[in-house]
Amino acid sequence: MSILEIVRFAIRGLFINRLRTALTMLGIMIGVASVIILLAVGNGSSKAIQSSLDRLGTNSLQVNSGARGFGGRRGGASATIRKPLTILDATALMDPIQAPDIKQVAPIANVNAACVIGTNTITPSTFVGTWPSYFEASNTQVLKGSYFTNDDVTQGRNVAVIGNTVATTLFGTDNPVGQTIRCGGIPFTIIGTTVVKGSTGFLDGDSLVVIPLTSAENSITGYQPLSSILVEAKSPTATTPAQTEITNILDARHGIKGNASADFSIFNQASLLTTSATSSQTFTTLLGAVAAISLLVGGIGITNIMLVTVVERTREIGIRKAIGAPKGAILSQFLIEATILSLFGGAFGVLLGILGSHFTISGTKPILVPASIFIAFGVSALIGVFFGGYPASRAASLRPIEALRHE
Amino acid sequence: MDSVAVVAAEAVDSVVDTQPVIEVQHAIKQYGIGEASIFALNDVSLTIAAGEYVAIMGPSGSGKSTLMNILGALDIMTSGKYFLDGIEISSMDENHLSIVRGRKIGFIFQSFNLIPRTSALANVELPMAYQGVKGAERRERAMVALEVVGLGDRVHHEPTELSGGQQQRVAVARALATRPALLLADEPTGALDSKSTNDLLDLFDQINAAGRTVIVITHEHDVAQRAKRIIRMRDGKIVSDELNKERVA
Repeated sequence: MSILEIVRFAIRGLFINRLRTALTMLGIMIGVASVIILLAVGNGSSKAIQSSLDRLGTNSLQVNSGARGFGGRRGGASATIRKPLTILDATALMDPIQAPDIKQVAPIANVNAACVIGTNTITPSTFVGTWPSYFEASNTQVLKGSYFTNDDVTQGRNVAVIGNTVATTLFGTDNPVGQTIRCGGIPFTIIGTTVVKGSTGFLDGDSLVVIPLTSAENSITGYQPLSSILVEAKSPTATTPAQTEITNILDARHGIKGNASADFSIFNQASLLTTSATSSQTFTTLLGAVAAISLLVGGIGITNIMLVTVVERTREIGIRKAIGAPKGAILSQFLIEATILSLFGGAFGVLLGILGSHFTISGTKPILVPASIFIAFGVSALIGVFFGGYPASRAASLRPIEALRHE
Repeated sequence: MDSVAVVAAEAVDSVVDTQPVIEVQHAIKQYGIGEASIFALNDVSLTIAAGEYVAIMGPSGSGKSTLMNILGALDIMTSGKYFLDGIEISSMDENHLSIVRGRKIGFIFQSFNLIPRTSALANVELPMAYQGVKGAERRERAMVALEVVGLGDRVHHEPTELSGGQQQRVAVARALATRPALLLADEPTGALDSKSTNDLLDLFDQINAAGRTVIVITHEHDVAQRAKRIIRMRDGKIVSDELNKERVA
């Protein structure tokens, strides 16, 4: 009795009840497809977090005025005398002795103004007056044209570097470099456009205008305290010591002692993103577990159907045994039936999974995990053998005389 | 029908003439234990020689079906010995028994017991497939066997497309195709009309005339009268065992 012949018996057995065969395969198919898709979604969302982590610059820390929001250093009563952040605070942070982990510092004055050329208007979501160090600290690169320089800052020149969204809104496809726009009524010459950053989910990173701090103060905002100070640490691992150094320097400068609450807060992007990367990993594990359960349910479906099949075909098994079918042949026939169910179900599931991973699911672009395909398919094949084994061995060990009497 | 002779003669060649095909010694089949136990077979001894045509008769509950199942290696006895074609069956395990069923015994059942949704040809090929007979030879032997039973033009029909008599003839073809030492028929005419019954019994005559051992279990007198030796059973014992004078001159 060749194995090929047994396979033929098994296939014939499956074709006898096509609907049941298809439904059982569907169970495995859904299980395998959901493993592949859900892991791809998890993978996609952690890749998205990873790329925004890279984009934001993992080394940067942001010092904000006031103790509210993320990274609030101390609890308790609010500061009695709030000292604003100043240029002097920013320069004090550039101290290689007290702050060895800080690479550079960029004071930031937020500008709230619309930019206009002709009939086109845009209010950039990020419009800052700052120093040239901002570009590196915020991981903003110029694509066309150039950065503004320290000289531009000292001279208070009205020059601007703009993001892609601003460029296309104001100029369409034209090259904006060298053109002049009016922001808050003041003309600014565009000297550069930045590399596309993409959206970070809630903020368009390309709706951006960067101008020298002095020109912002001179012509638009007036002389006000800084909105924030952007600090770049020397390496991603240096962000934590850098945070401590900033705290120490600013505590001293602002006269904060002991348990008094600080009048500034430090926003550590890297640690926030690490947290979200960790939660995304947890999320992926959770999705994987749900998918694994559905695969298991599919497997139990195979056992169930095979048990029903064995009972239904008890008499046939008896006939086969009476005309000389060895135990092994019966066992193999039912085992192969179960394996075919799970293999084909698994193969269709892989197809469905790959297909489904091409669609964006709740804002996340799934990215296939190649290993998940092999694991899901392999597990589904094993499920056939494992979950088909019990019904098959029940069929094989039926005594012919009892099987023949079965009606 | 020359082909009957061919098929049967091949079988006879493989049988040693001096040896009985069946030798049963003190067979006991007991159901239950203690006072509630029932003896389906109570010390039955029986010898059947090659080429015999035997009918086993008896009312229901006489133990004839139990005897049949034991002779066909479908059931095991509580005690006693059973030699089939010189080989002791009573001590074999299930794996060896399946080989014996396939090679030594051709079974014919009252309810035909063909595999549903499977063509006559495939049904006849099946026992040979389990024995490992290769495709071409298997097909040829199955075709010959179906010719023998007069169904050469119905080979691709499924059981539901055949009449009862035709189904039973497919079962006979399936039993013959493996060239067994013994053809065992359990109430083979029970589900057939009188015309089909006669055709089937004629076929048995031919098969036996060609030299093959045939054992028929029946409670019908007419059927038993076609055999050359009639064994009667009652309450698990053989009550008479005599040659049929009408058939054996």
